Amino acid sequence: MIVATGPVIPNFGQGSSCEVNNGWFCTDWVSQHWHDTLQPALIQHIELTVIAVGIGFVLAFALALVGFRYRLLDPPIGLFSDFLYTIPSLALFQLLIPITGISVTTVEIALVSYTLLVLYRNMIEGLRNVPAELVDVARGSGFTRAQTFMRVELPLALPAILAGLRIATVSTISIATVASFVIAKGLGSPIFVALEQDVFKTEIFMAGGMAVALALVADGLLVLLQRVLTPWARLVRAT
Amino acid sequence: MSTFVDAFRFMGDHQHLLLSKAEQHIELSGAALVIALVLALPIGLWLGHLHRGLFAAASVANVGRSLPSLVLIALGLTVFGIGFWNNTVALVVLAIPPILTNAYFAMEGVDPDAVEAARGVGMTELQVLVRVELPLGLPLVFAGIRIAAIFVIATATIAAIAGGGGLGEIIVNRASYGDAGVVAASLCVSALAFAAALILSVVRRSVSPRHTSVA
Repeated sequence: MIVATGPVIPNFGQGSSCEVNNGWFCTDWVSQHWHDTLQPALIQHIELTVIAVGIGFVLAFALALVGFRYRLLDPPIGLFSDFLYTIPSLALFQLLIPITGISVTTVEIALVSYTLLVLYRNMIEGLRNVPAELVDVARGSGFTRAQTFMRVELPLALPAILAGLRIATVSTISIATVASFVIAKGLGSPIFVALEQDVFKTEIFMAGGMAVALALVADGLLVLLQRVLTPWARLVRAT
Repeated sequence: MSTFVDAFRFMGDHQHLLLSKAEQHIELSGAALVIALVLALPIGLWLGHLHRGLFAAASVANVGRSLPSLVLIALGLTVFGIGFWNNTVALVVLAIPPILTNAYFAMEGVDPDAVEAARGVGMTELQVLVRVELPLGLPLVFAGIRIAAIFVIATATIAAIAGGGGLGEIIVNRASYGDAGVVAASLCVSALAFAAALILSVVRRSVSPRHTSVA
């Protein structure tokens, strides 16, 4: 067999027969493009998610402090986060582009706004469900309001807060795939590329599978965190 | 900001286009939601009634959440090719978890005293479910349907990349419709999602039992 030498056009005529025929799963494509496509996309996806959930958590916590302390403000905050949650992701990205441009900022604003509802609701619910007697006991034994919050209310609300964090993290990993429509980052990016290239199956299965696996691993890690932080609450229903 | 002004002008100039796309959007979302309801509601209600399959119900919720909508749309395209089924199946798969889990926990959480009382007066299991548990759990059931509707409308927008039609077709087609068209369609699809969420919130409120304390 004669092997052609000389300059090679990338990805032209050098793919395996599986790649050329768009077979169901081409392992050689995966090993060839792990380092230049899949691995970077995975790392970007984790970055997008961690930033969004981190900012969302801090924001929701601040809002929950306000909504918990001033009950009157709870309904409007809840309604506002519900309002943000209802906007379809692809539409929200497009509505932000005229304001913040085609940028990571646009993507992060949208991702953060989707985390608020579940984080806020779970934080408020967790804090509200702390038995009033326990708060009274703490206050009666000389705790200040801040001490009561830090040592009684917050620890008891932790299971609900962490349950919210699990849902928010998994949902963000899911929605971040759509973000690739705006910026070529994250695991959605190879999927969009594959869709444009005659629906290249291997890339869709691989990137899609990695997104699902990432969500399941993140969920598992947060369950472990839950066990470590709240050893007294073995069974917390994450609904 | 001028893009938003242009978007409203686009709405005025292209009413027919937007209306026909909105109609497609509602058809696709509605069909998927109805199929998901038919499949998931009876199973969720019955399992919740039996107090069986807690682990399964929680797993469906967890796995469902970790399936990205874009991945489902793309998978639908690889498996079914472009047609009616590729997007419908993806949307149905996405809508099932919130409907199923909420139906399950709605029935499972009904006051056991109310159920005992219903059995005591001689109701059959089906009567207990339909006349006691369902009315009491209905708000939570509708909360699940509301979440499913929001998911489905959002994902039907993404389905446009796989030939789904609807308002997403304008959003993913900046080259043809321009910035104004993209923003206009985004506003329309958001309005559609709000309308669906609002209707289901109103329904949820209207079915809330007025006397919840049975015990």
